[in-house]
Amino acid sequence: MESFDFIEMKVPAKSEYVGVVRLSTSGIANRMGFSYEEIEDLKVAISEAISNATTHAYDDKEEGDVTVGFGVYPDRLEVMVADRGGSFDLNEIKDEIGPYESNQSVDDLREGGFGLFLIEALMDKVEIKNDYGVIVLMTKYRHENEVDIHDDQISTTQ
Amino acid sequence: MLSMNLHIDQQVEGSTYYVSVAGEVDAYTAPKLKEAILPLAQESGKTVVVNLEQVNYMDSTGLGVFISALKSTKENDSQLTLVSLQDRVKRLFDITGLNSVIDIDSTVQGGNK
Repeated sequence: MESFDFIEMKVPAKSEYVGVVRLSTSGIANRMGFSYEEIEDLKVAISEAISNATTHAYDDKEEGDVTVGFGVYPDRLEVMVADRGGSFDLNEIKDEIGPYESNQSVDDLREGGFGLFLIEALMDKVEIKNDYGVIVLMTKYRHENEVDIHDDQISTTQ
Repeated sequence: MLSMNLHIDQQVEGSTYYVSVAGEVDAYTAPKLKEAILPLAQESGKTVVVNLEQVNYMDSTGLGVFISALKSTKENDSQLTLVSLQDRVKRLFDITGLNSVIDIDSTVQGGNK
């Protein structure tokens, strides 16, 4: 079994806490040695997942939490975002995923249509489970690290 | 640490509104941005120039506000232009293909520095 550190946060399913989790994400990714660009990608992807959880899950209820788990591996960060609210139609959501195509009418553009698309574009691997509540599992690898090691090898030969 | 809040200033010159946005646009702050921009986009025959130079974070909630504003300007014979986007913010418009429908000028320097 691969060893890893695990960090878990539970925040109220309210939009004001999206920024709080984003700051934590930034801190964890920075500690892991992700590049500036990768950290920005992670911030957007995880914010999207939490925004989804806060808007989809608890429309009718006042109370609810979103649980965020960070699996810190030597070569990657795995982030799980889970809500236990009512589930939404995953197939319907998936149909809405995609970039704007120039043959589409501007009138067809959906204000909320790019969240899951951005998660898929910015992370290396995305899984969505919709059995009980919704769980989004996202993985990002530290590609930059391989380059760094390579760079070090070059510099030592100089 | 950069502020998680959003600051919006607006000025009017003739038929052009200049809106300067600073901070982070996310699920929490996007409604504030929408409240500021949408009424301007609903006027007819105007140009709405939104300066995003000081916006250091944006996600799909921000894209949604500009999609909404774009629709309003088209319905009301007005124009929407985004200027001075940071690279990271510009990238979201590129990835989503919105750069092909929303007028974006990253070369224009902001006037409210």
